[in-house]
Amino acid sequence: MSVSEDAAMGQAAGDDRVALLEFRDVNTHYGAVHILKDVNLAIYPGELVCLLGGNASGKTTTLKTLLGMVSPTSGDVVLNGEVVNNKPISYRVENGVTMVPENRRLFKRLTVKENLVLGAYLRSDKDGIEADLQHVFELFPRVEERLSQKAGTLSGGEQQMVAIGRALMSRPTVLLMDEPSMGLAPALVQQNFDLIQQINEEGMAVFMVEQNANMALSIADRGWVLQTGMVVLDDSAKSLLANPEMRAAYLGET
Amino acid sequence: MSATMTSSTASSSGSPKRAPVADQDWRKIGKWGGLCTLALVLVSLIGMPVGLDRRILIHPILSLGYLSLLWIPLMLGFVVSKQVKLEGVESPDPGGRDLLAGALTGLMGGVGMAVFMLALNTFNLRDPLVNWSPKLLELLNYGRGLGFGVVAWLLACCVLGLLGSAIHVVPADVRRVVSFSAFGLLGIAVLEGAIADLSEGFGLEFLTDSIYAKRGGVTVVWSIVLAVVIGVVSVLTKGRLKAAKANYSGLQGPERKRASRIIFVVTALLTIILPLFLGTIMNELLANVGLFLLLALGLNIVVGLAGILDLGYVAFFAVGGYTTAVLTSPDSPFFAPEMHFAVTLVIVVVFAGIVGLVIGAPVIRMRGDYLAIVTLGFGEIIRLLFMSDWLKPYFGGAQGITNVPGVDLGFITIKGTDPRSVFYLVLVFCALAIYISWRLQASRLGRAWMAIREDEKVAEAMGINTVNTKLLAFVVGAVLASFSGAILVAKVGSVFPNSFMILVSIIILVVVIVGGMGNIAGVLVGSFVLIGILGGPRQPGLLHEFQSFKLLIYGALLVFMMLQRPEGLVPSSRRSQELHQEEFLQDVWLKSEEHEAEEREAEVHAVEVGGAEGNNGGGA
Repeated sequence: MSVSEDAAMGQAAGDDRVALLEFRDVNTHYGAVHILKDVNLAIYPGELVCLLGGNASGKTTTLKTLLGMVSPTSGDVVLNGEVVNNKPISYRVENGVTMVPENRRLFKRLTVKENLVLGAYLRSDKDGIEADLQHVFELFPRVEERLSQKAGTLSGGEQQMVAIGRALMSRPTVLLMDEPSMGLAPALVQQNFDLIQQINEEGMAVFMVEQNANMALSIADRGWVLQTGMVVLDDSAKSLLANPEMRAAYLGET
Repeated sequence: MSATMTSSTASSSGSPKRAPVADQDWRKIGKWGGLCTLALVLVSLIGMPVGLDRRILIHPILSLGYLSLLWIPLMLGFVVSKQVKLEGVESPDPGGRDLLAGALTGLMGGVGMAVFMLALNTFNLRDPLVNWSPKLLELLNYGRGLGFGVVAWLLACCVLGLLGSAIHVVPADVRRVVSFSAFGLLGIAVLEGAIADLSEGFGLEFLTDSIYAKRGGVTVVWSIVLAVVIGVVSVLTKGRLKAAKANYSGLQGPERKRASRIIFVVTALLTIILPLFLGTIMNELLANVGLFLLLALGLNIVVGLAGILDLGYVAFFAVGGYTTAVLTSPDSPFFAPEMHFAVTLVIVVVFAGIVGLVIGAPVIRMRGDYLAIVTLGFGEIIRLLFMSDWLKPYFGGAQGITNVPGVDLGFITIKGTDPRSVFYLVLVFCALAIYISWRLQASRLGRAWMAIREDEKVAEAMGINTVNTKLLAFVVGAVLASFSGAILVAKVGSVFPNSFMILVSIIILVVVIVGGMGNIAGVLVGSFVLIGILGGPRQPGLLHEFQSFKLLIYGALLVFMMLQRPEGLVPSSRRSQELHQEEFLQDVWLKSEEHEAEEREAEVHAVEVGGAEGNNGGGA
């Protein structure tokens, strides 16, 4: 379809840079079911990108494949120029990929501190972990107040902060976010996107999967639209917002 | 309808109290009263009163048999008048209404018992019901004829129900003193064996000789004296314990460290010194408690920390036992190197680790129910293998391996005939296990286990290798269990497949759950209370009369704990908070909904009344 000249612009800008995380013609199957079909994605340093798509379009599978919970049946997942198809999740986490799961999914019966420290599970530099904890507290002063409280007793907004904080504790270069606005009160959705933008402005690449297309595109640099496992649109956020096809399908306009 | 009526009259009189006995209260009384009857008859029919009558608690008036019946109306009287107090929802003050409810509940139980006794007298149902005997009838009417029995039970149940409900009504101070006296006295009566043994060790026989009657049980005079003494002590110490606790948790830094160290040293010294003053039976009991504590600590890591519901835990207990028997006993049928226990232990660890891996590897990828069922199967397979004819040349089949020597330490040989030495051996391993569990809990590995228990997928996304980490928990648990098995075999001097029934797994699991999952102190208390007082699968406890009812009590206790105190006897603070927080929120939410519904109903009612009047007016 319109993976066309407009889209080439985005890629042209990226050509001279090395992609942090990349899909090269990735196909995945669950049993006999073909989920992702020849998907190509690339996330460059410092970018804020989003993946849009309806239900069962393969968004979550894309995330899982990026993190290594699902391995591709063909094609390559490339991390910092290295093919990581058969590397375990821990390898990717160590090399800067971290996920903030859907619905936050904190370890509810553990304290906020334990949650945060678990984010740095694969690291052994005590001083670095302590410094990163302080950094999380700077970002979210509320989290420091709740440090010894159990994560399950926090409010939705606070849980989101802890979830992001937990992800930051592994010192990622790419943050994968699965439906960050899901299950949050409308007032918190805006706040949440502000947070994401703030983290992105610190130089971290963010890849988010969202249903809330309008909101997501308003802060993103680029976006993809996934339909039944295929990338049907690949464009800058601005063009996507202006794209009539896109507006019809995901923004509820006719 | 009448409920809304009464509530409207109550609100019109200006007080938010409910009317004395509302509709729903009758239903409640009916429910609990019926339960009271059922429980009394059931307990009688399973033979508890007759079976436990030999154990006298207060000589000569109260035996454990009577207590097994009498606590029921008391307890249910307490339950029926209990009110759920919620923040933000008004609840009426306890008063006459509650007393009436308690008395009626008890009375219903009494009527049930009276009818039951009449039936006992008239029919003979001994054929299907083994305990339907004249002896039961005689016991129930105190040997003074049916008429007396009927009246006595009606009165006794009514009064007990009343007393039960009165617990809510009397002031808190009185409640405290009475409950301290009652439970203290009960404790002294139940722990008779231990206390007598201990005082003998200290040369204080004269004291226990006067407190306890010859046939067992505290004498009436002494029970009054003791109750009063405990009551006075409870008044004097009121608030002290809490203050001390607050004081302790208020301590900071080095002071706190010192206080903890003092507490630790004192406890350690007590555990080391006290057994020296105990006799054989009590030391045997302590050794059993220790063996099960060791098992429970291991299972606590597997279930409590890593969240793997392993129902075949006994397999590792068996592996430890059999490995020790084969390697040390001269009678081992196939291969008898007659090694020393210390050398054996090393091999036991290796074997348990290997078996843990072999069983664990296929099982560990499963989740929840599947894992529980498969481990249950493996637990039974291991026992059946040891029992099979196929492996008989190696492990002796059902006859097992006998003549296992004790642990020769040069200056002393630890074996079953000297349970004190066994206790010390167990103590060393328990201390080790407690230390390991304690260190693990706060470690990176411990956190990883807890993360897996909470949310395995997310733990995986954090980079935790969930399969290996869970397998490690499985292996650590297996090693601790195998130690326990090794010591058991050295103690008993023989090993049989039937010592490793699936029941052992279940009982250890109950110990962990009742004590408090994921909590070392809870596991300690659970083992002492359950194994020490009720007894293990084959080991008698302090109340050895309970032997035939042990499983029933274990089951009832488990159900009760799951319903009322899912966090266990000694909850880890975090778990109890969480469980009750949820419950509380739920209650408030439900209550508020109920409230709204009531209000709406009242509104509708008012509208209806208004509308009807209007219609009337229109008609006229």
